[in-house]
Amino acid sequence: MAILEILTIPDERLKQVSAPVEDFGAPLQGFLADLEETRLNGPAAVGIAAPQVAHFQRICIVDCSVTRKPVPNHGRLVLINPEIIEWDGYEAGREGCLSVPDYTGNVIRATKIRLKAQQPSGEEREYAMEGFEARAVQHELDHLDGLLFTDRVVSRRTDLFRRKVYQKGGNKSS
Amino acid sequence: MSEWKMLTLVGEDRPGIVSRITRTLFELGCALGETSMIRLGGNFTIMMMVSGDGEIQAQLPPVAESLGLRMHLDPISGGLHQHRFANYQVRVSGADRPGIVAQVTGALADAGFNILELESDVAGSEQKPVYIMQIQGYSEALLEDLEGAVNAVSGGDVDVTLSPIETLIG
Repeated sequence: MAILEILTIPDERLKQVSAPVEDFGAPLQGFLADLEETRLNGPAAVGIAAPQVAHFQRICIVDCSVTRKPVPNHGRLVLINPEIIEWDGYEAGREGCLSVPDYTGNVIRATKIRLKAQQPSGEEREYAMEGFEARAVQHELDHLDGLLFTDRVVSRRTDLFRRKVYQKGGNKSS
Repeated sequence: MSEWKMLTLVGEDRPGIVSRITRTLFELGCALGETSMIRLGGNFTIMMMVSGDGEIQAQLPPVAESLGLRMHLDPISGGLHQHRFANYQVRVSGADRPGIVAQVTGALADAGFNILELESDVAGSEQKPVYIMQIQGYSEALLEDLEGAVNAVSGGDVDVTLSPIETLIG
């Protein structure tokens, strides 16, 4: 186990497109342990992608089970060769990144997605995700394609109107 | 006081203001920090942190005047990397009338809410103006307590809604 160095902007390597994982052997398992240790070592990150530690393979870890206010989530997910196969809706939300210290910005993401990914074992799975977890996955998958949230930041004035309707004293959207 | 000064410029909007001002500052050897530049009611407004030994007070006024801008330069305390990240967002909209901002921000201040950013605009038409405001801020108060404060001023012709901001770090 080891804590890996996190690349930060303006490191050009963050723009690199990562390659699919083909070998699910011991080196992959060792890297996954290091990647998770690195995620947990920094400021409370709900996700990390392999290229953030200069490992250019399509791998990321997402865990939205520990947010301040609970959100729908699938627990800790190790996603290998992930692919979003369906998108629905859009919503602005605040994002920051281990690779962009001391900055946050608003990004528009799909509110619901259907995700296909392989497990560390190589087995394929599908997930239906929404809200914060769907946002986290979209943020991490961008890293695999060499994109950062700063490539997608919108002005607050672009936020327009949010889609969910707040009901006073009743069900609260979050 | 810090190495930073706050430079404020306001005047009728026209193309080229930012370019002329920032090029002059650059040529004076100044560096820029955090800035806010936005068009308000046909005026262009600039607030920016500037540092460096450049003779801003002597050299910039002729450039500002040629662009029709009024200028202020004030020493400030503080510096970069002092961000506080908002954990609540307040959205306000309703028929425009005097007092909306005072009422909403009064309720928030009483609940210990620190405004980090506020943007407001008048939309609609001359006959039927609508006030729209977005506030991001930080508070240690519970969601329920802030909602109580905000609900007290919401209703009638003004809607005030509050939502937590969970910043995603990934």
